[in-house]
Amino acid sequence: MLARFIKSTELDIRLLGMAGALALIWIVFHVLSGGLFLTPRNLWNLSVQSAPVAIMAAGMVFVIVTRNIDLSIGSMLGFIGMIMGTIQTDVLPKVLGFEHPATWALTLAAGLGLGLGLGAFQGFVIAYLGIPSFIVTLGGLLVWRGAAWWVTSGQTVAPLDDTFRLLGGGPEGSIGATWSWVLGFVACATIVVVLAHGRGQRKKFHFPLRPMPAEFVVGGMACAAVLAAVAVVNAYPWPVGIVRRYAEANHIAVPDGGLFIAHGIAIPVLIAIGTGVVMSFLATRTRFGRYAYAIGGNPEAAELAGVDTRWVILKCFMLMGLLAAIAGAVSIARLNAATNSEGTLAELLVIAAAVIGGTSLSGGVGTVAGAMLGAVLMQSLQSGMVLLGVDTPLQNIVVGAVLVAAVGLDTVYRRRSAI
Amino acid sequence: MRKLAAAVLAGAALAASFAMSAEAKDKVIGVSWSNFQEERWKTDEAAMKSAIAAAGDKYISADAQSSAQKQLTDIESLIAQHADVLIVLPQDASAIAPAVQKALDEGIPVIGYDRLIENLNAFYITFDNKEVGRMQARAVFAAKPAGNYVFIKGSSADPNADFLFAGQIEVLKPAIDSGQIKNVGEAYTDGWLPANAQKNMEQILTKTNNKVDAVVASNDGTAGGAIAALLSQGMAGSVPVSGQDGDHAALNRIALGTQTVSVWKDARALGKRAVEIAALLADGKRMSDIPGAVKFSGGPKKIEMNSMFLTPIPITKDNLGVVIDAGWIKKEEVCQGVKPGTVKVCG
Repeated sequence: MLARFIKSTELDIRLLGMAGALALIWIVFHVLSGGLFLTPRNLWNLSVQSAPVAIMAAGMVFVIVTRNIDLSIGSMLGFIGMIMGTIQTDVLPKVLGFEHPATWALTLAAGLGLGLGLGAFQGFVIAYLGIPSFIVTLGGLLVWRGAAWWVTSGQTVAPLDDTFRLLGGGPEGSIGATWSWVLGFVACATIVVVLAHGRGQRKKFHFPLRPMPAEFVVGGMACAAVLAAVAVVNAYPWPVGIVRRYAEANHIAVPDGGLFIAHGIAIPVLIAIGTGVVMSFLATRTRFGRYAYAIGGNPEAAELAGVDTRWVILKCFMLMGLLAAIAGAVSIARLNAATNSEGTLAELLVIAAAVIGGTSLSGGVGTVAGAMLGAVLMQSLQSGMVLLGVDTPLQNIVVGAVLVAAVGLDTVYRRRSAI
Repeated sequence: MRKLAAAVLAGAALAASFAMSAEAKDKVIGVSWSNFQEERWKTDEAAMKSAIAAAGDKYISADAQSSAQKQLTDIESLIAQHADVLIVLPQDASAIAPAVQKALDEGIPVIGYDRLIENLNAFYITFDNKEVGRMQARAVFAAKPAGNYVFIKGSSADPNADFLFAGQIEVLKPAIDSGQIKNVGEAYTDGWLPANAQKNMEQILTKTNNKVDAVVASNDGTAGGAIAALLSQGMAGSVPVSGQDGDHAALNRIALGTQTVSVWKDARALGKRAVEIAALLADGKRMSDIPGAVKFSGGPKKIEMNSMFLTPIPITKDNLGVVIDAGWIKKEEVCQGVKPGTVKVCG
């Protein structure tokens, strides 16, 4: 009965399973840490900490789905981050002066351009020269890390432009309670419109319809999740020190018991969510996305069907480069410094996130939402273990074991559902 | 094709001219580096090169790129290139032992540079790492003599991380025992990565609900991560934070007031001194006769060795002039964004 109802909602069971696993991990950590994990503060931190890996995981899905791999993104992130750091602290101030309002935009534009360019270059070598992506990006891993080091001969670049730093979150880098609610309700309305439109389309083409109760449950659940998330981030107030400074700067009297100013959604998290939505749309609703999945499913068939496979693969790597640049901007803004070690091993975290999220290394299968959820899951494990004071070596052991276990479970599930 | 031939010829000519100039020199000083990925070894190398050039000797080197395996063959190849003396920055202090022994067997003196090579016949030159930890703790303790302390330690794979921590605790022990200071959180920083230090600091702040009064961070990178975490809680500047290395970004933070101290080890002094000792050893001087040499037996195997320890300098707001005068960093870099009148050297 329940099973039939769940089936009628057409939800991705594996995604639901992952969300369930995530909830379980959160509850376990909450209990073990004596009630510290499921607090607005920790969840807000978690959301920001997961952002860079989640952003890149969205792109990694495309790369892996087309039966490729990108090992260079951690190094690429480091290199682009270093370039963006140098541009805003060294190059632009000489031309525009310090803290110029256009600095952040010019820096970001340069970084994104560079990301696209590097991605396109690697994509070209892979798709048109036919060198395996594993090799090309393994080379990239060394080359871009070396380049990051080269830019300032290893020196750390800091501090960064104040406006640029908003990309990394923090109290000022969040949009506040009001805007968070506005966004939450807009998102809710969008969900309803999308569901209604989908139903209309199905009717038009005489496709089987979802039963009405199922529609309501899906819409209601999605809406509730969005609004709950907004409520959580709005329950995390600015720390007292920053409130005091803010009050002094704006001549506001602080009442007894302090002033409650909520963080709201952090900008890096908004960027990550935006990336997720756009990438999901690309994957499921555009020709490019469908071609990517077709190539992953069977490259020869896709080519014979007239898909320009090489051009599609090149575009996948361009996207990946762009997302590495975005993640780089977020990382350096968050650290308020560009270091040549930024993003070390990030490629492995990203691949792990994508794989935990159900992306198949043999190509053709994978969802953006799953990969991003995978990123949150991995970060939850790491943050939770730090809260518990687990030693670093043990942390790595746990994360590694979870990776293998997650993929193992997924394989078993897939084999059973295939029968 | 013709172009290729020309290029090859030019290359050969270049190589020949190098070889010629090499033969004209006096002593050959071989240096085996563990990894150039870190900014600081380039500074050491530059200092060594200029000191060697000034003495009219020849510098040959190899970079092991973080591989203990490669360093073994590197040292063999330096011996094969007729090095008169070897300066070795070991990637792995134990794995290097056979290669060092081989050099010593051939009568080539070996100097362990900055990291200990525990061999009776090798020389050891470094900064006093425990002292660095002590200096960090002292500076933070001076700024905040009581309260909740957080320790952001280095990478658990690096023995220096524990040396530093031992020095820090040594200074703070009386205050910890008397309950004046409470250790509310300590975490190793995987790979010394600033981003990891930031995440760890965030979690500790969450755990303690921001009740943190001082942070003893083991180097400037991890200090930067910890300060970024403090910044988003509005606590940067009011919580003292330590560091080491004299990173340019850290020196700027000291001027801005968000970092308390950076223990500075003048890598150029270390490089220069190592070369001077190398030249003396190559001339056949005995290790115990090196001026300033002391006996050291604090290694894991307690072998007594001839060694030299340079004293690091704790850089705070009050003596930022030292690094500027030494030419380590430009005044504009230190003072970038500093409000006039807050720091003496910045005016």
